[in-house]
Amino acid sequence: MPETGGRELTFAQAIREALAEEMRRDPTVCILGEDVAEAGTPFKVLSGLLEEFGKDRVVDTPISEAGFTGLAVGAAMTGMRPVVDIMFGDFITLTMDQMVNQAAKVHYMSGGKWKVPMVMRTTMGATRRSAAQHSQSLHAWFCHVPGLKVVLPSTPYDAKGLLKSAIRDENPVVFFEDKMMYKLKGPVPAGDYTVPLGVADVKRVGEDITLVATSSMVQVALGAATLLEEIGISAEVVDPRTLWPLDEKTLIESAKKTSRAIVLDEGYERYGVTAELASVIATGAFYDLDAPVKRMGAMHVPIPFSPPLEDVTVPTEQTVFEAARTLCGR
Amino acid sequence: MTTAAQPREASEKVDLWLRMYRQMVAIRQFEAQVNELYTRALMPGLAHLYIGEEAVAVGVCEALERTDYITSTHRGHGHCLAKGASPDQMFAELLGKKAGYCKGKGGSMHIADPATGNLGANAIVCGSAGIATGAAFSARRLGNGRVSVCFFGEGALGQGVLYEVMNLAQLFKLPVIYVCENNLYTEYTHYSETTAGDILMRATAFGLESASVDGQDVRAVHAISQRLVERARRGDGPAFLLCDTYRYHGHHVGDINREYYRSKQEEQTWKTERDPIANFGKWLVEQKLADAAALDRTQAELESEMKKAVDFAVAAPYPAVEEVEQDVYA
Ligand SMILES: Cc1ncc(C[n+]2csc(CCOP(=O)(O)OP(=O)(O)O)c2C)c(N)n1
Repeated sequence: MPETGGRELTFAQAIREALAEEMRRDPTVCILGEDVAEAGTPFKVLSGLLEEFGKDRVVDTPISEAGFTGLAVGAAMTGMRPVVDIMFGDFITLTMDQMVNQAAKVHYMSGGKWKVPMVMRTTMGATRRSAAQHSQSLHAWFCHVPGLKVVLPSTPYDAKGLLKSAIRDENPVVFFEDKMMYKLKGPVPAGDYTVPLGVADVKRVGEDITLVATSSMVQVALGAATLLEEIGISAEVVDPRTLWPLDEKTLIESAKKTSRAIVLDEGYERYGVTAELASVIATGAFYDLDAPVKRMGAMHVPIPFSPPLEDVTVPTEQTVFEAARTLCGR
Repeated sequence: MTTAAQPREASEKVDLWLRMYRQMVAIRQFEAQVNELYTRALMPGLAHLYIGEEAVAVGVCEALERTDYITSTHRGHGHCLAKGASPDQMFAELLGKKAGYCKGKGGSMHIADPATGNLGANAIVCGSAGIATGAAFSARRLGNGRVSVCFFGEGALGQGVLYEVMNLAQLFKLPVIYVCENNLYTEYTHYSETTAGDILMRATAFGLESASVDGQDVRAVHAISQRLVERARRGDGPAFLLCDTYRYHGHHVGDINREYYRSKQEEQTWKTERDPIANFGKWLVEQKLADAAALDRTQAELESEMKKAVDFAVAAPYPAVEEVEQDVYA
């Protein structure tokens, strides 16, 4: 990470800065979404962009997710670099045909002649007491589709650098932001830098167990690692940062070194991201593993509203700590 | 005979009016308590208050039978109450308690109650258009004479599915009424910035019986609803009712500073000149159908009734953690 001179931004500010810098750099970058202009989204992530870039580039849309996503696909094919804003990740369901059957396939179906350089930014993450239709983490759906790239930043630094790479990418990229992290602070350099898609990052070096984690689960893994340290277990935390392209090598190397791995992701555990990552590790590090790879994701239920119920549906520092301790035979 | 029937009819009318007054006050007092619960940090998450729009839910639902169906929205407390929900179970749901309508699993945006024909509130804008139309389909096939009402905000006009189901409803002559509550704003954007052309003509284009009404005038809403419900029940097909109304509070309880999207002056004008409860109360007094003191008593009674319901909900227990995995499948 370059020197930041103590400069800190929140996760939301880092996103906004990436967008502002890219919009200054490239006049074809524009934002489309509900309440993105004056309101700057309900999470206030885009505040101030309208003032700088005007209504032609920060475009309020009707509540028509399928329509404006489709429009973005067409605009991307013909010279723009749209960034669409889907307020809650739950609403990606409404955009699925545009993303899966159109955006993802245009390049391949046209024999490489058309391309779709667009970004879809959306949110994920439970425990906000928003119930079953505003709390899901559905990123696995897009990971399943060839032609799409999927990015899940876990720190303000990564968020800025990855979003810039996503905007400059020639393909449709879906960018998931955990809404519970918007206020998270961290070092972010002023000015231009990118974090490449497809390169994992070791967030904490350790010897005894690897915790592979995505998005806000990285923070959970780091918390668990601190608890583990107190009982003498040294945990390594690896963040793939992008689920496709996937840096398999870093995951496998870490698991080979520690001989144990837990994979954490806030999507549903069944048929989810953890299954894919665990299989990559189980295959690649097979001869070095001392225990089966463990997966921890969201419980197989719609996210309940009631706080005591919602809280048990996702991994926490404590549950990860317990699982790691068991896996290490303590 | 006519002389004998007239007074009875008139007194039935008066009963209806007094009941509608009471229902509107009940909704307002309910919502006032919801705001209170939020302010006192007793309610998890957020809620979208219906204050200002009471005449729509009450006018429409008073034209329905208990067995008729409704679907509701994120701003749904008023619809549920007007259809006969009990405040104590509603508050319990809003607090995520076991005694709530959905055992705490749904929360503010998902109140559902088969006993009152409430197919459920929905947190996806336009999410229930299909469900309401499907209920009308089954009512027709099963021949049970029921009618289905789909409540939605004008923001839902942006969703393509609305036009698909209106087309189906007209083709199949289904007993469904699409009630569009135009409160002028989606979240933070004036509807004129997101809605092209003429709203009613969208429905008339499909051949639906379409009407617009002053949504602050409960008698007018009720009269037109009665006509549309009767023709739907007769088998004359679907209808579209556009109600002009206004929400007094923010988009949700946390939306306090609103001046960037609407003026205090505008809010004040609606509250003082077009308040559905005050104006109806005034009319009842002028017509000598009620005296002002009695109306004040109604307000006080309902306020204390709502407070009792809140006390019940606050004291009620949360669901047991094991319940999180129940109800996923039928
Ligand atoms: C499909 C979908 N897109 C976006 C949202 C986020 N959202 C919730 S309420 C709302 C505005 C709804 O406006 P309107 O339908 O007019 O209802 P009102 O809130 O004014 O009652 C939006 C955009 C959502 N819940 N569902």
